[in-house]
Amino acid sequence: MRPTRTALLSRIAAGVLGSYAAASLGAAALAFALPLPGRDAVTLAQMTGFLIFTAAIIWAFSAQSAARAWAGIGIPVIVSAALLAILLALRS
Amino acid sequence: MTGEGSLRQSMSWLHGWAGLVLGWLLFAVFLTGTIAYFRQEVTAWMQPELAGSVPSPQAAELAVAALQQRAPDAGSWRIGLPTPRSNTVSISWQDRQSLDVKRGEERGGRGGRGGGRRGGGESLILDASTGAVLTPRKTAGGNFLYRFHFELYALPREWARWIVGLATMAMFVAIISGIITHKKIFKDFFTFRPAKGQRSWLDAHNATAVLSLPFHIMITFSGLLLFASTLLPLTERFAGGEDRRGERGAARALEAAHIESLQNRAASDVAGGAALAPLVPMLAEAEKLWGQPVSRITITDPGRPGAMVELLPTWNDKLIQHSGSGGLGAVKMRFGGRTGERLESEEDLPETLTARVDTALGSLHRARFAAPTLRWLFFLTGVGGTIMVGSGLILWSVKRAQRLRGAPPGRGHRFVDHMNVAGVAGLFIAVAAYFWANRLLPTGLAGRGEWEIRAFFAVWCLCLLHPLIRPLKRAWIEQLSLGGLLFAGIPVLNAITTRAHLGNTLVSGNWIYAGFDIVALVTGICLLQAARRVALHRPRAIASQPPLMPAASAYTAQAAE
Repeated sequence: MRPTRTALLSRIAAGVLGSYAAASLGAAALAFALPLPGRDAVTLAQMTGFLIFTAAIIWAFSAQSAARAWAGIGIPVIVSAALLAILLALRS
Repeated sequence: MTGEGSLRQSMSWLHGWAGLVLGWLLFAVFLTGTIAYFRQEVTAWMQPELAGSVPSPQAAELAVAALQQRAPDAGSWRIGLPTPRSNTVSISWQDRQSLDVKRGEERGGRGGRGGGRRGGGESLILDASTGAVLTPRKTAGGNFLYRFHFELYALPREWARWIVGLATMAMFVAIISGIITHKKIFKDFFTFRPAKGQRSWLDAHNATAVLSLPFHIMITFSGLLLFASTLLPLTERFAGGEDRRGERGAARALEAAHIESLQNRAASDVAGGAALAPLVPMLAEAEKLWGQPVSRITITDPGRPGAMVELLPTWNDKLIQHSGSGGLGAVKMRFGGRTGERLESEEDLPETLTARVDTALGSLHRARFAAPTLRWLFFLTGVGGTIMVGSGLILWSVKRAQRLRGAPPGRGHRFVDHMNVAGVAGLFIAVAAYFWANRLLPTGLAGRGEWEIRAFFAVWCLCLLHPLIRPLKRAWIEQLSLGGLLFAGIPVLNAITTRAHLGNTLVSGNWIYAGFDIVALVTGICLLQAARRVALHRPRAIASQPPLMPAASAYTAQAAE
């Protein structure tokens, strides 16, 4: 399979923007959901967030196709966003 | 793309681009951050008027005498004693009025950040043997380089934190993808063979990267954590509605109440006289318990019945000891000011595992626990990291040139080459110019520190223009040579313009000043040597090197099709 220029750009978008979205939302959901006292949930979520970003960007560039790259990042993004929305709704 | 080989291919591509995109910024962050490990020493060197001060056991008494004479009615006194990183005594005081305002705020849980530093006070630097007031030249000091490495300059704070934070993120990605790319990482880790075979940019890059890989991972990940609230703001926004400011305010109110009760206790004690008890026995008691000397003394309400003395140690001796700005706040000892009796010895360590890991990573990044020997090790590893980033940048270009087989480089490639000269060699010139400006600008110049910084940026800008009018190789040779001459010339310049030169500092064992001159000299020699290498370099040498990450080209070639 030969990636086209568009496919490469798409991967870069997935790798940079998608990975950031996954990290940011994933970490936020974790900070919310982790059953830890006070500041700890935030700290642990932030640590995990940076690992999520790194793992996601590696996935974006190693997946077989740009479509798979997007799927692998899009699903966690949607799941974390949904989780966050539910947690926010439960709190209010 | 399946299988191990193609994973390495794609990771090699990612490694190359993640490293390049903000690579020059990363280089600057590494270089200035490495210097920042000696921030205090750099500041000291930039104030040669302080070099003659010799630490003495009377330093604390001299400081108290000076404070008693200048500010007998102050609300609080602060004394910074000589340490291995500073040979002078600093004193400062805060007048009663502004201190009362601050206390009122704290009791109400409203005390702002750095409230203790707000106006209504003065500070002086004293000779540690004679107590004479020293008036050093104004300088931006090591502090500018330290701040630049995470806040850049003149940009809104949040923007700068975003920019450096993104570069740090790219660095972390480059490290992880670099590890995956590097086939024989473990083998290379355990079998480092210096100077065997051709010394190439690849060797330099791999050696510095692999040899201190744990440091690079630590420094980058902890750097990310220091930027976490900027880079991942949602975590704090949504986290269970925690009100951090409120929490901190409450903690401060609690602390203020605690200190008030201690002071009341000290005031009700009839044993002491009216005067301040001698400090020397208190210092000795603290040193005995801590196993290290005291570095800072705060005296609250000197001359009043509730006078209280607070001592802080010189280093953090535990990794999990908090080392946020303002420094060594976690461990302290308090004494009744009149009685000289110990009221309490406090060690405030984070309680939970997560907080401990977080604090330990922050401590490691800042090396605030590191006594001189360990500090040197951090500095050297930082130098390794700087070389790793610099050689990586150059590799990117060398690899490309190799693939072109003599064809003229494209626009993007030329841009990278150009930026490499200014970003790597040019930065050395700019830093050297910063130090030269410190010695050459008139000492009475208004806004002197700002002028030093302007010299830094002006020279860096010239370095950015210079490759436009020179062939690439000449530009490298000229900038490396100039940087080398400027750095190697620092001890000479220092000898001409001050008395704090190697002839004196080596004889008197003044390592803060001598160390700076020697490191400058060594840096200069290394840069001159690099210039010589570039001058002697024949492109043939590149062709005979093993290709670096051969997979990378395949991936890009594919992508381009």
